Amino acid sequence: MMRALRLVVLAAGAVLVLFPFLFMISTSLKPQAEVFSAGLSMIPTHWSGWENYTKAFTRIPMGRILLNGLIVCAAIVAFQIVFALPAAYALAKLRFRGRELLFGIVLLGLLVPIHAISIPLYAAARTLGLLNTLAVLIVPFTLSVFAIFLFRQFIKAIPDDLILAARSDGLSEAAIVWRIILPNAWPAASAFAIFSVVAHWNDLYWPLIAISKTQLATPPLGLLFFRAAEAGDDYGALMAATVVITAPLVLFFLFAQRLFIEGMTMTGLKG
Amino acid sequence: MPVSPMRARPKPASPGAIARALEARAAWRLVGPTAALMLVLLVLPTLAVLALSLTDAELGVPEINFLGLDAYADLLTDRTFRGALRNTALYVAMVAPASVLLGLGLALLIEAEVAGRAFFRSVYFLPVVSLVVAMASVWQYLMHPSIGPINLVLRLAGFAGVNWLGSSDNVLLALAVIGVWQALGFNMVLFLAGLTAIDRTLYAAAEMDGVRSAWDRFRIVTWPMLGPTTLFVITISVINAVKAFETVATLTQGGPAKASETLLWVIYQEGFVYLHVGSASAMAVVFIALCLFVLVIQTRVLDKQVHYG
Repeated sequence: MMRALRLVVLAAGAVLVLFPFLFMISTSLKPQAEVFSAGLSMIPTHWSGWENYTKAFTRIPMGRILLNGLIVCAAIVAFQIVFALPAAYALAKLRFRGRELLFGIVLLGLLVPIHAISIPLYAAARTLGLLNTLAVLIVPFTLSVFAIFLFRQFIKAIPDDLILAARSDGLSEAAIVWRIILPNAWPAASAFAIFSVVAHWNDLYWPLIAISKTQLATPPLGLLFFRAAEAGDDYGALMAATVVITAPLVLFFLFAQRLFIEGMTMTGLKG
Repeated sequence: MPVSPMRARPKPASPGAIARALEARAAWRLVGPTAALMLVLLVLPTLAVLALSLTDAELGVPEINFLGLDAYADLLTDRTFRGALRNTALYVAMVAPASVLLGLGLALLIEAEVAGRAFFRSVYFLPVVSLVVAMASVWQYLMHPSIGPINLVLRLAGFAGVNWLGSSDNVLLALAVIGVWQALGFNMVLFLAGLTAIDRTLYAAAEMDGVRSAWDRFRIVTWPMLGPTTLFVITISVINAVKAFETVATLTQGGPAKASETLLWVIYQEGFVYLHVGSASAMAVVFIALCLFVLVIQTRVLDKQVHYG
């Protein structure tokens, strides 16, 4: 009895949560007239999928926008790990003057959201002529104090013997970072990568500030441009565009659910 | 011939000192680039925001006046800013409790249920990985006053349709519904992680002590043991809600009649649309202070031992 109730509640909730996705897909296949005839039918009587999706790909350079998102997210994650991992290792395992100060800055940095410092970053990018480039979407995020913090916690738990053994085998400190620490810190690195991709694939604030050319838009900004280019309420085409833009990350998630959920949980709890 | 002063010869260093110096040098080679980046991308911009916040700087205007703390006093009387603070507070007051409680409820249901655990977990998590801007557009259609499915259902059930995003009375509620839908799954997986970490033997022990009902099990074991997780989820939910921007920028642009202007939205407008860099910086400092305040409260509560176990 309890169990039946529980399943009913869970299933009803699931339907509610999935509702927007179902309507998004269904509306993306409907012709304009049917969208406005105001019915609750999920199945279109006339199929206009081809038309709507063609609009989604032609009103804005959709392929280019998705590619921008991919390039930006990949570059950001790569730089973040390349900069954070060696620093995290040094903070966790090496003694040096300035270590406490540096770690103090990391902790303070965790408290400063990028939104708050976007004004000087924008001014700097403008002075350097970097606005409307892919670089400006990447550079401000190459440093992640959160990654440094997360990796440091993780590396602290790696036994010192492992590092001493590597050192006596003649490995340099840099080699230790990439050949010993990285494989051992892989769970933290992959968790962070997922967290970072989800955050930056979604980010609208900075692209909205730094980019005004459709060609350089990331997916969220691209969708804003699409909405602006769309006179009236062509919901069919708009929903087609949202399907296309939402699909990559959702598919990635569906193929790697465990990785996603465990990754987001780990970064969530440590953050 | 003058005798050249004896060159100070370094004391023969102990092997330990040499090793330490080498270690420090290796460490700096590793942290050097990151430290430089930290300076350029974090420390200097933060100092710049603090400095700019005390001025009336405008982008493209060479003249800058130093206002000092008056800049903040001006902010307190600024109607737009006060409105934004109020709207943000209301939004947080709706989204945070709802997404925390629903996340907890879902986690408890899923944890107790063997069938379809992975399935439900993934379904509820789906909004977390969906593009906010895109899903906001979908919600805009769902909430459309005349053709939106939500109002159609309401009308079928005999209620009047609601003007969700177009009325200044409802717009924050409408945005909050979207915010809760988006945040729910994340809170759920955090609670699930907290639940799995609870020692099973505690439940057995409670049962030996005569704790029988599900509610008592929750009250006596689960809730206290979940304390740190709950505190954490509340903190994250509040901070994320304070940062509400995407749905505002996509759907309402702060309207109607400024009713959905959130803190980040007015900072964006002030700084990047009107180019009032000075006052936008002051707002940004208040924004940082608010995030900091939430974290301080979290630490305070944590110090008071939320963990009774």
